[in-house]
Amino acid sequence: MSAADGRLLDVASLAVQLPVGGELRTVLHDVSFHIGPGEALGLVGESGSGKSMTARAIARLLPAGAVTTGTISYAGGDVTALKGAALRSYRAEVAMVFQDPRAHINPVRRIGDFMTEALRTNHGVSKADAVARAIGLLAEVGIADGQRRLEQHPHELSGGLLQRVMIASALLTEPRLLLADEPTTALDVTTQADVMAILDDLRRERGMALLFITHDLELASAVCDRTAVMYAGQLVEQRTSSQLHDDPLHPYTAGLVGARPRIDGDVTRLAAIPGRPRSAYEAPAGCAFADRCEHVEDACGEARPPLEPIEDGFVRCRRATELRGMLRAGGRHG
Amino acid sequence: MSLVELPTTAVPPARRRLAGRGLPLLRGTGLVGHLCAIVLLGALLVAVFGAAIAPHDPDLTNLSFAFVGRFQDHYLGFDSQGRDLLSRLLAGARTSILGPLVVVLLSMLFGTVLAIATAWKGGRFDTIVSAALDVLFAFPAIVLAIIASVVIEPGLKAASLALSVAYTPYIARVLRSAALRERSRDYIAALEVQGLRAWVICVRHLGRNMLPIIVAQGTILFGYAMVDLAAISFLGLGVQPPQADWGVMVATGQSGVLQGYPMESLCAGLCIVVVVIAVNLLGERLSDRSTLVTR
Amino acid sequence: MLIVTLFVASFAIYAAMYLAPGNPIAALTGGRTPTPQAIQVLEERYHLNDPFLVRYVRWLGNALTGDLGVSIPLRSDVSTLIRQRIGTTVQLVAFASLIIVVVGIGLGVLGGLRRGIVDNVVIVLSTLSAAVPSFVASIILLSVFAVNLGWFPVLGGGDGFVDQVRHLTLPAFALAFSSIALVARITRASVREEMGREHVQTAISRGIPYRLIVRRHVMRNAAIPITTIVGITVASLFAASAVVERAFTLNGIGAYLIQAALSKDIAVVQGISLVIVAVFVVVNAIVDFLYATLDPRVSLGTSAS
Repeated sequence: MSAADGRLLDVASLAVQLPVGGELRTVLHDVSFHIGPGEALGLVGESGSGKSMTARAIARLLPAGAVTTGTISYAGGDVTALKGAALRSYRAEVAMVFQDPRAHINPVRRIGDFMTEALRTNHGVSKADAVARAIGLLAEVGIADGQRRLEQHPHELSGGLLQRVMIASALLTEPRLLLADEPTTALDVTTQADVMAILDDLRRERGMALLFITHDLELASAVCDRTAVMYAGQLVEQRTSSQLHDDPLHPYTAGLVGARPRIDGDVTRLAAIPGRPRSAYEAPAGCAFADRCEHVEDACGEARPPLEPIEDGFVRCRRATELRGMLRAGGRHG
Repeated sequence: MSLVELPTTAVPPARRRLAGRGLPLLRGTGLVGHLCAIVLLGALLVAVFGAAIAPHDPDLTNLSFAFVGRFQDHYLGFDSQGRDLLSRLLAGARTSILGPLVVVLLSMLFGTVLAIATAWKGGRFDTIVSAALDVLFAFPAIVLAIIASVVIEPGLKAASLALSVAYTPYIARVLRSAALRERSRDYIAALEVQGLRAWVICVRHLGRNMLPIIVAQGTILFGYAMVDLAAISFLGLGVQPPQADWGVMVATGQSGVLQGYPMESLCAGLCIVVVVIAVNLLGERLSDRSTLVTR
Repeated sequence: MLIVTLFVASFAIYAAMYLAPGNPIAALTGGRTPTPQAIQVLEERYHLNDPFLVRYVRWLGNALTGDLGVSIPLRSDVSTLIRQRIGTTVQLVAFASLIIVVVGIGLGVLGGLRRGIVDNVVIVLSTLSAAVPSFVASIILLSVFAVNLGWFPVLGGGDGFVDQVRHLTLPAFALAFSSIALVARITRASVREEMGREHVQTAISRGIPYRLIVRRHVMRNAAIPITTIVGITVASLFAASAVVERAFTLNGIGAYLIQAALSKDIAVVQGISLVIVAVFVVVNAIVDFLYATLDPRVSLGTSAS
């Protein structure tokens, strides 16, 4: 597949194994999706579902000893094989916004150093120029006194401000794809919405593609064109955001939708999916969700269902067509 | 946030390692830890019985044998005074090992009592004791030992006492933070509510739960005590010649070194190095273990 | 705090020495029985009859102006005696510090950045050298490099810069030996810890070249604990150099302190102890200051614990 078919990033049958205590453990299994230029894809799942690991695989930030199979291609080129200067120039085009800005920004260097580092090192921009651009972007993310902020150290800024700094510096190099790994989770509730709005606006203005990782299905639907749901290291469903939300096809997705508080609600209690989330290596042999699914049949435990195409996306459930339409009501538990 | 977003297994790795094989006291220190413990046990036995199992009289001089190498059952030969070297090494183990042991016991006692008392009482008592310990910090152990040798008299007693005092602030500082951590736990509050007396809680519960750290710190300290005490003896301010002691032997053997007969100094030095390596390796592992347990 | 510590320490040193047994008159007269008049003259000259506190305050006051009293056995000014010898000690400590910094940090960085064989070699080397006390290292170096190979002079200080360096090489290595291990170990651990930090991930994700990541993020941040351990180590070298100076019969203040202790030369022991404690305290204060300048999260004035 190439960029010619309108795909910026193409992930196909991605599987990742990590060394844990001397053995390799599967953390991702058969993950496939694509993102077009300027398009936003949401990746939703509980912690341990593999969504962060997917982003790390794309950013080539997996820990040493990780084994990757399948393909990740960016603008037609194979990402997993990149080395040296080629890898660095790929990274200049794909920027990442991390969850915890306090940990992800060097605490002993100034904000200015952090923001201008990539521009000056990789793009040969002069210091004065880089500083001017940084101040400009800080203004765009709602930080007016950029000049002063650049002189400060991270511990002098609040978490919300730091995350704006992180977003601004990710945008500074004008990447074509932004990987945002739960960019608002570490912030307090009042700043979450602000930061999210800034990220969304600036991305749209610049026509950047976005892989937005979150545990919040509602938020993903609001921000992204399409949304994919992960469970136990697998993609279980991928649809256009509105369809996914209104007409979930996988029982797990339906559970996630039901677990959201609703304003128009005729329900008095929040639904919860029974049981606890599984990680890839401890998932049952057949369908990974089989042991928590209320629509399970004997056949579900026999073989892992494939990711099957359906009109506006993909779903990994052998009963998907059969259950269609029943899930919204049936997915709620009292 | 950790790099790998993996669900943690039900049993943390530390616990699993601790549950592994090994003697209760050394559990979790691995093969190296056990080997070191064997070396140290051997050293301790030599320290206690060394003089008794020495093949010859360690103090018998015969100048005509000076610097003679291996001869009959004199396996390591003779020193500058014609004394049997192996016998002197065996006899010298007593002060070289039991000396530091006394130092460790004393400074652990001082340090633990001060640490628990300051952590428990807090307030002004804590401030005053901590300030006093800070002043003591300013005295390097060797300087304190030199002063003690002048004020009291050169010898093992003055040196051991000086070192015990010099190490106390280090031990007190490390254990105080451990005691504070332990003090803040819920079970201590529960015991207080039950009306147990403070010293009972301190000794029976706090002290007992700090035991892994106390043992680890004591082991690490033993290495320092051994090196410093031997250095003081080497300087002539500790154990007094002609008594056999490894530090003294390194010093008395120095004339031999310059004449090309380094056996006495090197053998005594090697004994020190071997014991210190064993202590350091074991101490490191015990200390790793104690941080795992208390977290 | 610095001043208070030094003040209390000076008092402790003076008080301890005041309690030391021995009769200064007997030392002054060298065993001959002095006439009562002679005793009175000596007592007045050395203020032997003043109360303790008066003598302490006078001693401290003089010490602040650089006068550390008179060595009774040598009938000589202690400050002058120290001044003649402190150069050797400072050179020795400086040389040893250089070795500790270069070799210790070098080994530590190597072990921290490279896994596998290189790292294991660093661990074994540092375990070994940590266990070799300076006096044993002195003997080994003397035996191998001075006596057997004859590359270096056996004993003494030497004249002229090159000769001095030659004479100080073995003592400096002996003094540095076990400290190298300590510095290497802390460096290795900090480098490794910093390599695993999230902000290093950020830098990698932005395509910053490896050597710049190591320099700007790993080494810059690891410099904080490394500076601390190097500072503490260097501060302790002044006391530790006594052992090495004696092993190599160098004419420094450490060896002189030992000689004074053996001959009960109270004024010299007091003077040199005070100097060593003062240096120790001052160097530690400098370390605290450096720590605060290296780490923006620590503001000056708050304790850097």
